[in-house]
Amino acid sequence: MAEKLLEVKNLRTEFKREKSTVTAVNDVSFSIDKGEVLGLVGESGCGKSVTSLSIMGLLLDTSGKVTNGEVLLDGQDLLKLSKKEMRSIRGRKMSMIFQNPMSSLNPCMRVERQITEAILLHNKFSKEQAHKRAYDVLKSVGIPDPDTTLRSYPHQLSGGMSQRVMIAMALSCEPDLMIADEPTTALDVTIQAQILELMLQIKEERNSGILLITHDLGVVAEMCSRVIVMYAGRIVEEAPVKELFADPIHPYTNGLIASVPKIGSGVKKLPAIPGSVPDLSVMPKGCKFAPRCKYATEKCRQEEPKLQYLPGSTTRKIRCHVFNRAKEGGEQA
Amino acid sequence: MGRYCIKRILSAIPLLLAISFFIFMYIHLIPGDPARMQAGMDATAEEVEVIREQLGLNKPLLTQYVDYMKGLFTGDLGNSLKNGATVWDTIIPRFKPTIMLTICSIIWATIVGVALGIISAVCRGKAMDYIGMLIAISGISVPSFWLGLMLIQWFSVGLGWLPTSGLDSWKSYILPSLTLGAGTMAILARFTRSSMLESMREDYVRTARAKGLGEFFVIMRHAFKNSLIQVVTVTGLQIGGLLSGSVLVETVFSIPGLGRLLVDSINYRDYKVVQALLLFFAVEYIVVNLIVDLLYGVLNPKVRYD
Amino acid sequence: MADKEIKTTSAGGSYEAEELPKAQSKVKEFVKKFLRRKTAVIALVFVVLMILVAIFGPYIAPYDPAAPDYTAMLQGPSAAHWWGTDEFGRDVFSRLLVGTRLSLSVALASVIIGTVIGTVLGLLAGYYGGIIESIVMRGSDILFSFPDILLAIAVVAIIGPGVVNIVIAVAVFTVPSVARLARSATLTVKESLYIEVARSLGCKDWRILWVHIFPGTLQSLIVNFTMRIGTAILAAASLSFLGFGANVTEPEWGAMLSQSRNYMTTAPHLVLFPGLLIFLTVLAFNLLGDGLRDTLDPKMK
Repeated sequence: MAEKLLEVKNLRTEFKREKSTVTAVNDVSFSIDKGEVLGLVGESGCGKSVTSLSIMGLLLDTSGKVTNGEVLLDGQDLLKLSKKEMRSIRGRKMSMIFQNPMSSLNPCMRVERQITEAILLHNKFSKEQAHKRAYDVLKSVGIPDPDTTLRSYPHQLSGGMSQRVMIAMALSCEPDLMIADEPTTALDVTIQAQILELMLQIKEERNSGILLITHDLGVVAEMCSRVIVMYAGRIVEEAPVKELFADPIHPYTNGLIASVPKIGSGVKKLPAIPGSVPDLSVMPKGCKFAPRCKYATEKCRQEEPKLQYLPGSTTRKIRCHVFNRAKEGGEQA
Repeated sequence: MGRYCIKRILSAIPLLLAISFFIFMYIHLIPGDPARMQAGMDATAEEVEVIREQLGLNKPLLTQYVDYMKGLFTGDLGNSLKNGATVWDTIIPRFKPTIMLTICSIIWATIVGVALGIISAVCRGKAMDYIGMLIAISGISVPSFWLGLMLIQWFSVGLGWLPTSGLDSWKSYILPSLTLGAGTMAILARFTRSSMLESMREDYVRTARAKGLGEFFVIMRHAFKNSLIQVVTVTGLQIGGLLSGSVLVETVFSIPGLGRLLVDSINYRDYKVVQALLLFFAVEYIVVNLIVDLLYGVLNPKVRYD
Repeated sequence: MADKEIKTTSAGGSYEAEELPKAQSKVKEFVKKFLRRKTAVIALVFVVLMILVAIFGPYIAPYDPAAPDYTAMLQGPSAAHWWGTDEFGRDVFSRLLVGTRLSLSVALASVIIGTVIGTVLGLLAGYYGGIIESIVMRGSDILFSFPDILLAIAVVAIIGPGVVNIVIAVAVFTVPSVARLARSATLTVKESLYIEVARSLGCKDWRILWVHIFPGTLQSLIVNFTMRIGTAILAAASLSFLGFGANVTEPEWGAMLSQSRNYMTTAPHLVLFPGLLIFLTVLAFNLLGDGLRDTLDPKMK
């Protein structure tokens, strides 16, 4: 039995707007084991990034606030920590890799300073030791000439190099958990593969856990052992990756997977999910997906389903009233 | 970097030439006969002719221009009509008070303005922000001469702490500097705030927080450092404005500086001195802007390394 | 509330209920948004008040602003003279009320002249580019080399003092910044698709400029106009204070201050009230400009 690294329970994050509050993330629970890559997929605006920022405690520069739930890292509830305690965990025990490596690096600071900043912050290192660590960690993320890179400013690096630097920065204090928010979206396809390979390699070497947030199902299939699918701030389905792709149950997951083009399938028109993600301030009453779901019944529209284990399974969870019909329908199609 | 500098310096030359030409034309743009205006309506024709000769207006326009440009390069700016002294001798003793005043003003205005801007940005939407921005917009709206008079009224006349006018000791600089710097402080506060709000939204600021960096360092080392480039630019531009803002402040506090000299010379129709002062202020502004541009290149790694 | 319902239906995948926004609702929305900014609304009220004073000042002034009263010279504020009297015993309050017209019209006239000229130059420069643009932009570079009020002082140095000349001076001082603004706004609008469409339909240049491009630049010009009035009041008052402007007998705000300095130690109210009035008026225009800018373009905040 693998050790639980991160456990998120009933997370709820709200944003204050001028007059109302909007719930961006509601009742989100999941866990990550050591050495596991958990995928978090969904369309843009479904609350993926808010979930990751809530875990990291980085909502403070937005109007968002976690209003309910627990975030347990090694059994310690991060939401109960003081700002200072949280800072000592951020960057040391868990770190984050962002979507746009080019804009996520400070344009006015040399790479060396940006990496050693975190190292010196969390370790009692001398400048030489910090430099050595920065050099090593850059080497370990596959940068051929770390000395040159350390002396560079971000604008002198390519996108792939920048993301390697970001990963190096995230690794510099050897964290147990890495949260990667769309780490390859801004990169070229060939570079994407390299970066993903690098992340897998790091996971193997350090036995760290990775929460991989993406909207790219291809990346999920390649990287993750388990997947959770989010829609409108809720988890709608959770499953081991192979089962999810072989047998998607939730109508939304079904739609997501069906809308990915497959080579050689001969289908001329890709099936798209009709409609768009509902505005967070005017959520439908029942199941949030009901307005776009072709199987929706009156019950779906009135009463929100709970996330529960699929009958007869201990690994798959689903939030749907009509998954039986959806399943049949899916198979017929 | 070297190319950037050379390009910027070269691009300032045509502007300097155009400015010098316009300022040369200044006497000729005056409606009516400048010599007659200077001499007064009851002067004799001979007296007017003497002045015309002093101004060089009896020569053909082209010759005048050649003489003027020659003068600019040899440092011969002509003579003051008021007392016959050379323009240089008239101007030079006036430099020190104006420069001192400008330096004092820019120092306090930058420190206070930038601090106010940062605090307002960090406390965005809170009481501190509103107070800070109210101070700033008041600083922009207040007539500097009135502010000067009120300061004199409170601190010199009322409390008797500081001298009302003149330049007898370092204390004499306090009120004029406060007056002169108020607008600059306000502009810098507003600018710093908006620039900080912008950079605080940047991704790299979030990265800095994700490292576990304390909020103070996130703000100062990451957000402010990037705003700094723009703040330096705006501060530099303000220096140019301050020198000419001294016109009002020097009048209020009776400080014998360049600004005061300009007002007096305009009133006396001392054309040569006015011409020299206008040229000085304009050239100073262009040169300061040029230096700011070059400094921008030094501060911005994107320019420095391309 | 209505627009929220529209969103719900569109989330459901049908767009029938969506209505085209009406021009009227745009104005309504602007007013609604503007009214939410309390400081800007207060500023607007003050500005309107000042405009009313400018119009009706001479009729509501309790005293004749020019009539001396040698029995009541340099008196402090009292029930009879709210803001005191000056060195000739003239009522300061009345003089300021009456002077509002002069001071405001000087500022307004110069900003209107400067804005019209600057806008036309900027539009032409931005639309035609080439040599016109070079001339306009280099011209404003030259004018910009005289920082701040110095340009106005230089103009006065050439054409001499006086109220009309101050209007000209402040207008000249307004032109380059408006020209730059109008040009950059034009460049932005010019790139938009609807200008391409208009051109491909064979619209004449002046029509494209006037009907299509000018309205697109209007937003930033209005904000600039409001802010510029504040600047112009300050500039005009400064010039008058230096003795380049209104005749000292005229009740112009800056000129009043210039006179009052001599009596400052004995009659501080003579300095306090005119300056305070200038300050508050400029502040109101600036706050109003800020409010308009934030309402029209929240991105700029």
